[in-house]
Amino acid sequence: MKHFKAMITITLRKSILDVQGKTVEHALHSTNFTSIDQVRIGKYVELTVHAADAQQAMSIVDDACKNIIANPIMEDHHIALEEISVGEHA
Amino acid sequence: MKFGIVVFPGSNCDHDAWYATSHSAGAQAQMLWHKDTIIPSDIDCVILPGGFSYGDYLRCGAIARVSPIMSAVRKHAEQGRFVLGICNGFQILTESGLLPGVLLRNVSLSFICKDIHLRTEQILSPFTSSFDQGQILRVPIAHGEGNYFADEQTIHILEQEQRIAFRYCDANGNATIEANPNGSINNIAGILNDKGNVLGMMPHPERCCDPLLGNSDGLGVFTSLMQTVGLY
Repeated sequence: MKHFKAMITITLRKSILDVQGKTVEHALHSTNFTSIDQVRIGKYVELTVHAADAQQAMSIVDDACKNIIANPIMEDHHIALEEISVGEHA
Repeated sequence: MKFGIVVFPGSNCDHDAWYATSHSAGAQAQMLWHKDTIIPSDIDCVILPGGFSYGDYLRCGAIARVSPIMSAVRKHAEQGRFVLGICNGFQILTESGLLPGVLLRNVSLSFICKDIHLRTEQILSPFTSSFDQGQILRVPIAHGEGNYFADEQTIHILEQEQRIAFRYCDANGNATIEANPNGSINNIAGILNDKGNVLGMMPHPERCCDPLLGNSDGLGVFTSLMQTVGLY
């Protein structure tokens, strides 16, 4: 059994107007960060998972994202996986 | 006619729902605990009340959706019995898939707490049968995430099947952009499921059922159900 740390980024789907991102973008522009565009604001979730291998770990975490951690109607999720030693905290 | 009102940790409109159904509408009402695994067979309508179940952690309604009572609520709905989700209850219904779509953050990014106007769009449902077609109601809203969204196809189906129960409008009944408090697609304030036995709405009918509080426009939601069940 291997242990992994999953780093999950959740953002609103591209088809949905991210009002919070737009507001921050305007704030950046009005403070002269005019080269910054396309601000998207999301959530970050970190967790550990044990599985036989990385593929299985990815499958478990992806399933969890689709079922609870993200709402696929409005959110996209991206998972980055990293193997950790037993007992290491995320 | 008996209502069962589910109490989740963080529900805060459960007692208002109890008062509206038992005192104002004159039905029987019973509180149900979120850890219960069955809905008593004498409950005709389950109410998922407003509030901030589980502190709105993760997403509004996302944790309540997996609480023990929700399997029983799903069965209750599958049997054709009634489920009414108000505000956070509506969010729980969309999270659990009992109603389509999602409730996004209000376009203004603000929590909005005020009276708005609703136009009754569908009076053939068990929740709205005591209203007149197009009847304008004044009902309070209090939410930060009430911006109804669904994909184009879902909206098309909801419109075509006349499953929009209520739409935000102005005092004259016009569903304008200005009268839309939160950015909801097509000014949608409440929708029905395909069988018509589940209603989710962001406005709070239970908060306007007693003339002593100056407004009883919401009472019709509960009396409609009582007429439907036939014990009114």
